[in-house]
Amino acid sequence: MDQASFLSVLAKLYPPGRLLIKPAQLAPFESDALTSYQVRPLAVVIPETQEEVIETVRLCHLHEIPFVARGSGTSLSGASLPIAGGIVIALNRLNRILRLDPQQRLAVVECGVINLDVSRAAAAYDLYFAPDPSSQLICTIGGNLAFNSGGAHCLKYGMTSNHVLGLKVVLPEGEVINLGGESLESVGPDLVGLYVGSEGLFGIVLEVTLRLLPKPEKFCTVLAAYGTLEAAGKAVSMVVASGLLPGAIEIMDNLAIQAAEAAVHAGYPLDAAGLLIVELDGEADVVEKEFTALMEVIEESESYEIRVANDEADRQRIWKGRKSAFSAVGRLSPDYIVQDGVVPRSRLGEALGEIQKLSAAYGIRVANVFHAGDGNLHPLILFDGREPGAYERAERLAGEILRMCIGFGGSITGEHGIGIEKKNYLPVMFNEADIETMRSIRLHIDPKEISNRGKMFL
Amino acid sequence: MKPTSIEELQSFICSHPRLLPHGNKSKTALLASEGVTQLDLSGLSGMIQYTPSEFTFTAWAGTEVDEIECILNENGQFLPFDPLLVKHGATLGGTVASGLSGSGRYRFGGLRDFVLGVQYIDGNGRLVRAGGKVVKNAAGFDIPKMMVGSLGGLGALLELSFKVFPRPPAYSTVVSNFSSMPAALESLHLLAITPLDLFCLDLEPQSGGTVKLMVRIGGFPNSFSERIQRLKSYLGDGESIEGNEETELWHQIREFSWLPGDCALVKIPLTPNRVGKLDAILSEWNTKRRYTVGANLAWIGWQGPIEVLGQHLMELGLSGLVVIGPPGHPRLGVRVAESFSRRIKQALDPLGRWLEV
Repeated sequence: MDQASFLSVLAKLYPPGRLLIKPAQLAPFESDALTSYQVRPLAVVIPETQEEVIETVRLCHLHEIPFVARGSGTSLSGASLPIAGGIVIALNRLNRILRLDPQQRLAVVECGVINLDVSRAAAAYDLYFAPDPSSQLICTIGGNLAFNSGGAHCLKYGMTSNHVLGLKVVLPEGEVINLGGESLESVGPDLVGLYVGSEGLFGIVLEVTLRLLPKPEKFCTVLAAYGTLEAAGKAVSMVVASGLLPGAIEIMDNLAIQAAEAAVHAGYPLDAAGLLIVELDGEADVVEKEFTALMEVIEESESYEIRVANDEADRQRIWKGRKSAFSAVGRLSPDYIVQDGVVPRSRLGEALGEIQKLSAAYGIRVANVFHAGDGNLHPLILFDGREPGAYERAERLAGEILRMCIGFGGSITGEHGIGIEKKNYLPVMFNEADIETMRSIRLHIDPKEISNRGKMFL
Repeated sequence: MKPTSIEELQSFICSHPRLLPHGNKSKTALLASEGVTQLDLSGLSGMIQYTPSEFTFTAWAGTEVDEIECILNENGQFLPFDPLLVKHGATLGGTVASGLSGSGRYRFGGLRDFVLGVQYIDGNGRLVRAGGKVVKNAAGFDIPKMMVGSLGGLGALLELSFKVFPRPPAYSTVVSNFSSMPAALESLHLLAITPLDLFCLDLEPQSGGTVKLMVRIGGFPNSFSERIQRLKSYLGDGESIEGNEETELWHQIREFSWLPGDCALVKIPLTPNRVGKLDAILSEWNTKRRYTVGANLAWIGWQGPIEVLGQHLMELGLSGLVVIGPPGHPRLGVRVAESFSRRIKQALDPLGRWLEV
């Protein structure tokens, strides 16, 4: 079937306001947060019900038209980049919280529900949804699930996958299945575990059963300033070695501090080469005792200034600064690449040293923000896209950082996924048999490769 | 056959059309019945890589969990998913393949939440690696998680990487008695939504119809007196247990020494709101049982015919796994996502070399 005929089939399913085909309507969907890639899709459909999504997938399968599921388009790896000749299925209107069961500590939500809205709804019962990617104000649960999103608090609470109990999905051939259930436990291979993080290659998630946790009773958030980034890195090793399990351990370098401070006035020490944020959370009596132990460690480290958040507003300011850091870096440079690599925690200092060397060698500024407790680096590579060749050079530098992560025994992505951006590096991290196995799984679930075609694999 | 090298293992696999791997056979119901070649993986054993400051390790799948726990313990670390049957010789690979976590999974998550990477031999005899060795990794499909509970049906596990956590310096347990299951469940619900940091939350029905609620906490011991007092205020009353007695209590729970010798040990995942109906049936059959992980998981010692239990589970919409008992048919009750499972099986084992028990 030709494209025009396929559009006429879609027009029977969607009213004109929810079937976008004009160039001006399609423009906002041409890229996601990885703006250096743009592809104009054939059309964008905006379903309002699960049935519409299922029917759309069945039509795509029947007519062999590739599709990309899209939530809020916050992917930093080009996950929801459209496919030429394919359609975008925009899922923001599937935003119903279908059930909230405080007794069993779970929520059943549609895929287009905003991450933070789950916690907002659960707050009435003093519960919350733990995964907190920096984009949690706008990113959707469906996207979190497809890319197994992380966030600052993964150290203690794990990634999105650790908080997903069950799924209702439409497979690329149109079959609707349920995986998992409502229990924390299951029998048989952990198929929910496989599905989460499959980058949209296994169809579309319609409904998700999420695990909720009781809101921590108390937080203690400590800021410590260091004269060198290495000293901040060393402090992380000391905190980890102390036997404490903080909810989050983050580091920002001076460039990131400057940018975040200018953007949100978080009260960060502007002269610090490295800023450490450590947060303890949990039962009040536990946190109080842990806080004493943490302060002993921080005071022993080379920190020249220590500040403890006085109240919840102060704590929120500290986190606002950290979570705005990516966008705040836009103040320092017209363009930047957000990288996402992982190194073993004990090699954090070495990795930072390498990044500094690479930055100097390329003559490109790199701001660093990272989930230090997890060894998850987010170098922000600054460039001016108007300069010829600048983007290519920045990309080459980003590639060298990824190769360094692999060389250190780490990973090319901690939480942003492979998407379109890192397809070239998957074969560096895995060998042929490993990738063939993944491809074989993909082909058995999506023989026509219509679901998010062109992502993850070369 | 007990291969001691990867090459030996690969060549053995390629020359046998139908296989089922096993470790130390601590979970008898998951072994192959007659007519299938058993592949003993306990010959590939030992820690491969462990840097305590990384809070991760990689070991051969045939390594005994007991050995791993001893090494971690020396470094003040532990496996937070609370592995089972450790003193029965459970191996790391067997623990992953059977997908078993203990009462302690309540606090930080189950085995699935701590496995980072895997190397295995697929049905074509190829060595395949997935996941990684670092605590955070989103590269490629999460095949390591899929191996959890795979019962040897997707490949022979060779090498496994895990993340670990700092071990709490001390534990304490509060035990409270309730006159009935509904009363105990009411308290369990109450505790589940409090902000208290609970490591274990178990229910143990007693012979007279009463129910023991057991709550374990961990951390710095100087926080315990306030926390125990608070717990007791939620529970109305309770007895606190410390020291060796406390350690021994949870040791017996995870080794299942509370079960009669002649019964089948069955795992039944559920949710707290489904305990009532299951418990009524089990009580009728006079079954020893325990609801762990905040009543998300039942462990039962079934003494009647297994088919009868399977029927009950089917009617209740529950699934079960016989862990200890006669081999052959360990999966009971409902099965979800069978068509999806078939696709995965075909993708990873097109020749059907690995037996699906």
